[in-house]
Amino acid sequence: MEERSRDLGMGHVILRVTIKLLFAPIVLFALYVQFHGDYGPGGGFQAGVILAVAFVLHALGFGLAETKAAIPPRALTAGMALGVLIYAGTGVATLLMGGNFLDYDVIDPDSHHNAGQHIGILVVELGVGLAVACTMLQIFYAFAGREAEPSDDAW
Amino acid sequence: MADPYVPELSWTVALDLALLTLLVVCGIAMVRIKRLFGVAMLSGVYSFLSAAFFVALDAVDVAFTEAAVGAGVSTVLVLSGMALTSKRERPVTQQRKIVPLVIVGIVGAALVYATLDMPAYGDPNSPANAYVGAAYIERSPEDIDVPNLVTGVLASYRGYDTLGETLVVFTAGLACVLLLGAGSARGGRNVNDLAETADRDTPASPRPLTDGPR
Repeated sequence: MEERSRDLGMGHVILRVTIKLLFAPIVLFALYVQFHGDYGPGGGFQAGVILAVAFVLHALGFGLAETKAAIPPRALTAGMALGVLIYAGTGVATLLMGGNFLDYDVIDPDSHHNAGQHIGILVVELGVGLAVACTMLQIFYAFAGREAEPSDDAW
Repeated sequence: MADPYVPELSWTVALDLALLTLLVVCGIAMVRIKRLFGVAMLSGVYSFLSAAFFVALDAVDVAFTEAAVGAGVSTVLVLSGMALTSKRERPVTQQRKIVPLVIVGIVGAALVYATLDMPAYGDPNSPANAYVGAAYIERSPEDIDVPNLVTGVLASYRGYDTLGETLVVFTAGLACVLLLGAGSARGGRNVNDLAETADRDTPASPRPLTDGPR
């Protein structure tokens, strides 16, 4: 990279190699937190934040333009709305199935181990995770995309 | 849990005290330091310390959120916001410090006074543990049957509230996009995107005007 980039961290080889190593485990951990929320601490909100952090780290190491090429801001706006729609849509679906809004029992009424509740919680948490991840990354884009990052000797 | 909480000097109490002392030290340091970079990093440290404290209080889910949001994303957002402003706090005259000090003193004293009325930690008869809390704990195995009770309460019993929270997050993101203009929802481009391709060699203006969604 001879071209002097406006983004933070270009030229920091150690930083970029470390981020390359960390990126996949962070995403994996986010998925674990997302889908293990029923059994341990965690859930959609935390998973979404962790997922967003992986891409923030990518942007810090490789530059905002690279991350924006991977995940365009437009897709994030759609993801934000889709997450909320998944959540609210679950509620509407239970309404249409004859129950109350967000009454997951109607999803699988004959189950003896509350499968309806489990499915409902999983879907709803998926919506939360998607909405939170996209929102966090979108806010980061909005802030970080405003101006050239300060040079390293600024502070 | 039946015995009342008696603070005697055990390892847990010592750990709690150490964490709380570090929190106070961290808070004072944040007030004293003028370099905003240091303040931002210390706020991350503060969040991590409170996360550790929440773990000590057995609130693992809250600790998790605090560590991820408070120490992780917030620090990054504060830093990227700081990059848009100055690196140092502007010096404040001695006179302008007095009124805030008085206000903080009064509010702090009121909060300390309020804690005197609070039920003891883990008190089974406290309002938080007695009514719905007890009902949730009792009925959750039949109603929801999810091992993590917090998730059950959050996503099922309190599904409305969580939908509201998700909407709050969504609205916050939407407001940021509309105000700061990270490309419009219809795929419009803002000045920065154009500047990146066009003015790559010319030095960037200190604060480019942002072309919001039309």
